[in-house]
Amino acid sequence: MRPRYVPQRGINLDYLMWLFTRISGLGIVLLALLGLGSAMYMGARLQMDLPTVLRWTFFPNPNHVVNSNIPDVTLGWATAFWQIMQYLILFFAFTHAANGIRMIIEDYIGHTFWQPFVRALIALLWMGMVIVGIYVVLGSAY
Amino acid sequence: MAYGKYSGFKGLFYKAGGPYHSFSLHRLTAMGIILFVGLHVAASFSMQQVLGTWGTTLNVIYESWWFQILVVFCVLFHTLNGIRIVTLDIWPKLIKYSREAVYLEWAIFIPIYILTVYLIVMKGITGAV
Repeated sequence: MRPRYVPQRGINLDYLMWLFTRISGLGIVLLALLGLGSAMYMGARLQMDLPTVLRWTFFPNPNHVVNSNIPDVTLGWATAFWQIMQYLILFFAFTHAANGIRMIIEDYIGHTFWQPFVRALIALLWMGMVIVGIYVVLGSAY
Repeated sequence: MAYGKYSGFKGLFYKAGGPYHSFSLHRLTAMGIILFVGLHVAASFSMQQVLGTWGTTLNVIYESWWFQILVVFCVLFHTLNGIRIVTLDIWPKLIKYSREAVYLEWAIFIPIYILTVYLIVMKGITGAV
């Protein structure tokens, strides 16, 4: 058997990502509640089905919601405030997910020869998702 | 298996019970959400940039009512279990009630999920709630 890897105490990547996972988890919940509440306030009670409410809750972007054929969604929320909310939820969600995938994979592969390659691949995927997200937010019609 | 972490079928009979099952389900639902959101982002990006029709096909599957049942399970369970984990981490004194915390979590999850599934199925079958 290989000797078991013991996590270091103090400030390091594992501790920071542990903390970030908690904070971003709570952040996503709060942002989702904000999106859900705003969607209800702006008409979701009357004219939306579940996929549309989910779209609005987790990514309040005009293109994302216009694709669901809802009338007049751009009136109430095509502002810088909602753009910032979109960036925040994208950053929180993608980083939370990338770190979660890293933890799950490293639980199975351990600290082997492949670890740096797996980390690099996950970092690349994370960067690709963030770039696509920024592109969608900036490229949406306001 | 590095570090003896196991989240497969054998884990169903592991004596830790509730908290261990929520650990397994947390991982499974996490991978479900990543698969769903990752493919959804790729599909929507491909739809917007007109790269064939595979993006539209995937999005039609995602928006069908029966697929929503799975998505809601993943999102709702992962959220509630995450809140439980964060709560126990912030107040470590509560860890001695970790089993009860799991019962409380299911007590919140089951009514919300059953109501949501009922509404989804009714809307899917009849077209109106």
